[in-house]
Amino acid sequence: MIGNLYMLTAIGITQIYGVAGVVNFAHGSVYMAGAYIGWMAITWLHWPLVPVILLVLAGSALLGLALERLAVRPFARAGSTILLLTTIAAGLIIDNAAQVIWGPQTQALPNPLPQWHIRLGAGTVSLLDLFILACGVGTALLLHLFLYRSRAGWAVRATAQDRDAALQMGIDVNRVNRYSFALSGAFAGLSGLLVGLYFSNIYPTMGASATLKGTTAALLGGLGNVPGAILGAYVLGIAETFSVEWLGSSYRNLVAVLLLIAVLLFRPNGLLSGRRALNPEPTAGTFIPHGRPLRFPRWLIPASAVLAAALPLFVANPYALQVLAIGWVFALMAVSLNLISGTTGQISLGHAGFVTLGAYATAILTSRLGLPFSVSLLVSPVVAAVIGVLLCYPALRLRGQYLAIATLGLGEAISLIALNWDSVTQGPLGISGIQPAAFFGYEIWSAAGVYWLDLAALLACVWAVYRLSRSHLGRALRAVREDEVAARAFGIGLARYKSIAFGVSAFFAAVAGVLLAHSYSYIAPDTFTFALSIQVLTMIILGGRDNVGGAVIGAVILIVLPETIRFLGEYRYILYGLLLIGMLRFRPYGLLNSTT
Amino acid sequence: MTAVLRLENVNTFYGAVQAHFDLCLDIYPGEITCLLGGNASGKSTAMKVIFGLVRPRSGRVLLAGEDATQWGTPRRVAWGLRSVPEARRLFPFMTVRENLLLGAYLRKDRRQVAEDLERLLDLFPRVGERLNQAAGTLSGGEQQMVAMARALLGKPRVLCMDEPTMGLSPLWVDRVLELVQTINRQGTTVFMVEQNARAALQIAHRGYVLRHGVVTLSGTAAELLDNPLVENAYLGGKAI
Repeated sequence: MIGNLYMLTAIGITQIYGVAGVVNFAHGSVYMAGAYIGWMAITWLHWPLVPVILLVLAGSALLGLALERLAVRPFARAGSTILLLTTIAAGLIIDNAAQVIWGPQTQALPNPLPQWHIRLGAGTVSLLDLFILACGVGTALLLHLFLYRSRAGWAVRATAQDRDAALQMGIDVNRVNRYSFALSGAFAGLSGLLVGLYFSNIYPTMGASATLKGTTAALLGGLGNVPGAILGAYVLGIAETFSVEWLGSSYRNLVAVLLLIAVLLFRPNGLLSGRRALNPEPTAGTFIPHGRPLRFPRWLIPASAVLAAALPLFVANPYALQVLAIGWVFALMAVSLNLISGTTGQISLGHAGFVTLGAYATAILTSRLGLPFSVSLLVSPVVAAVIGVLLCYPALRLRGQYLAIATLGLGEAISLIALNWDSVTQGPLGISGIQPAAFFGYEIWSAAGVYWLDLAALLACVWAVYRLSRSHLGRALRAVREDEVAARAFGIGLARYKSIAFGVSAFFAAVAGVLLAHSYSYIAPDTFTFALSIQVLTMIILGGRDNVGGAVIGAVILIVLPETIRFLGEYRYILYGLLLIGMLRFRPYGLLNSTT
Repeated sequence: MTAVLRLENVNTFYGAVQAHFDLCLDIYPGEITCLLGGNASGKSTAMKVIFGLVRPRSGRVLLAGEDATQWGTPRRVAWGLRSVPEARRLFPFMTVRENLLLGAYLRKDRRQVAEDLERLLDLFPRVGERLNQAAGTLSGGEQQMVAMARALLGKPRVLCMDEPTMGLSPLWVDRVLELVQTINRQGTTVFMVEQNARAALQIAHRGYVLRHGVVTLSGTAAELLDNPLVENAYLGGKAI
């Protein structure tokens, strides 16, 4: 039954991928919006189900169109990884706009269908179950007829197979794109409504898991393959049902994520296709557009470091220091991600996973094993880096969108493992009572102390990354970014150098996790989420590729700005989304870079 | 005689690299015109400019005297341009029949299309045998035939072919060029981009030689065939 629900989502995602060449990460957001449109029509207007469905189809189709117009078409020539980022940003905006409009709480969605049940062997089938089945099979059939029997369907398929050739047949490819987004939006909205009816409640973040499940099902079937997506949805549904049966319901998402990663690693073209290498994506190596760092006087960096260090002597306001201290920690994450994405050119959407690893490592080492903070500050990041590299290593041969999805899946997997491994992580309860940072028995309590500690960590990281990027190793990493094939031809082992980049990056991200764990004194599996990964990625895109100073400034801007302008607080993630799309559109090379 | 398709002082750039320098081409109705040149001479880019897939920085594209520089690709196709793209570019997962009918995507006269398809299959018997096969499973020469038939089903005013003999065995090269000649004799204007200069000039009426984005030689096919510089030019030799 759950397979039917995933089917609609997977078809939508695979359809868009086929035509626009992008895994649409805003799909889940349209799905959520569809559920809310249906909820409003049912609970406020008391409409019967059929007009509700029509309204949902129309509303979410419109949202799909808007998505295409604002987040996809302006970037049509920018390459698929950029498109992935813009759809993520659009999803972030829609999700948070929904929270502002409808509130963050879960809403009950009453089922307007009569509560009939039919006995069928051992179990019962409700009218709703039948209805969902009918919707799933019906849309799949209609879609098949549309694609294979109608002229417009032919145009869609031709565009999916060869965009330029389709243009030369006189097909208006932009219009095909619009149709596809409207269609896929309508599917997303309908499946959102059906899922809401099935579980009888809806909430603004319900889209995230839908995107993940839909992408998994679409990948299982092979991206762009509609019958494959249907198969993938059932495989996923069955796998989940069995694992829930055997292991418990908290494993539902973990199984989906593990399936996603397994597919990417072993069968990236889906279950239906032969095992063959991925097509190389020309934009994969350099997904953040090229730019050169602006030149600043040499003394500026040490001078600003000294200024930052002296700041607590003049500023007495502890709140301001706290905000800045968090800014430094995020700068640490941004600088470390920059090593992967900026210097080595590998997209990573799972940076929060490294932070989580570091935070849990220190929480366990200090509270359970009684290690002092000063030791844990060094040991935990090493542990996190080793685990991080071991986890990422198999994924490093993927490129572009596939790597992006794999790292996203790994990041999710880390927090889902933390959620399910009760004996070590205390599961959903999290670990509380983490001691504040301390050196040789002196606990650091004051805002200024934490500030200095975070700043010192950041400066150490900046210094290390700076030295690294000037070294032979840094040049090798850049060579990997510029041209993987050429780099390999010059004897640079790709897997080895990518692992080094991921390892060093994981180390510093874990340092950030350690610092945050000790200053929050409590961590849980959902403390560092996917939204954090996107936030950090926005910071380095804001600052500019391969630009350490830019990463720091990007982080400080994104942390300090929403705090200083209080009314922005609620709209913070909307701001991130807009900023990400805006930067990619108008200044893709970053604030502190110039075009070449 | 006025040109049915004309490029006028076209300058095209890829970033900072200039691909065409004041490129001028005239294609006259009823003729076969070929554009010759070696690798990276700007031939294929000229085809892209004609179809609006690449926009020139300056200069004009004229279709039967009308300024089409700002037209999108579908509009140019609606006017009557049809292409046999480089490397065929069939829709690999669609059947041969679907590929052919997509060539007539913009035609409204369904019944006439069906008749034209029957007639075309007389010209391309091999294609007729494989109507229900996925296009991606055909051999290179067969794919070339499908691509030509697909373009012809759109009733082109100008049939544009980008390296129709590329990657084909010598036997198929002769067969393809023979067909181009037949098509032209039946009244279709042909514009052809080719590296295979000698073979192309044998069937063409008029030719241009492009080198590093500049037209270095032009004239009737007979004049060019006699010119010893032609071989040098399209092979990238030094003596011009």
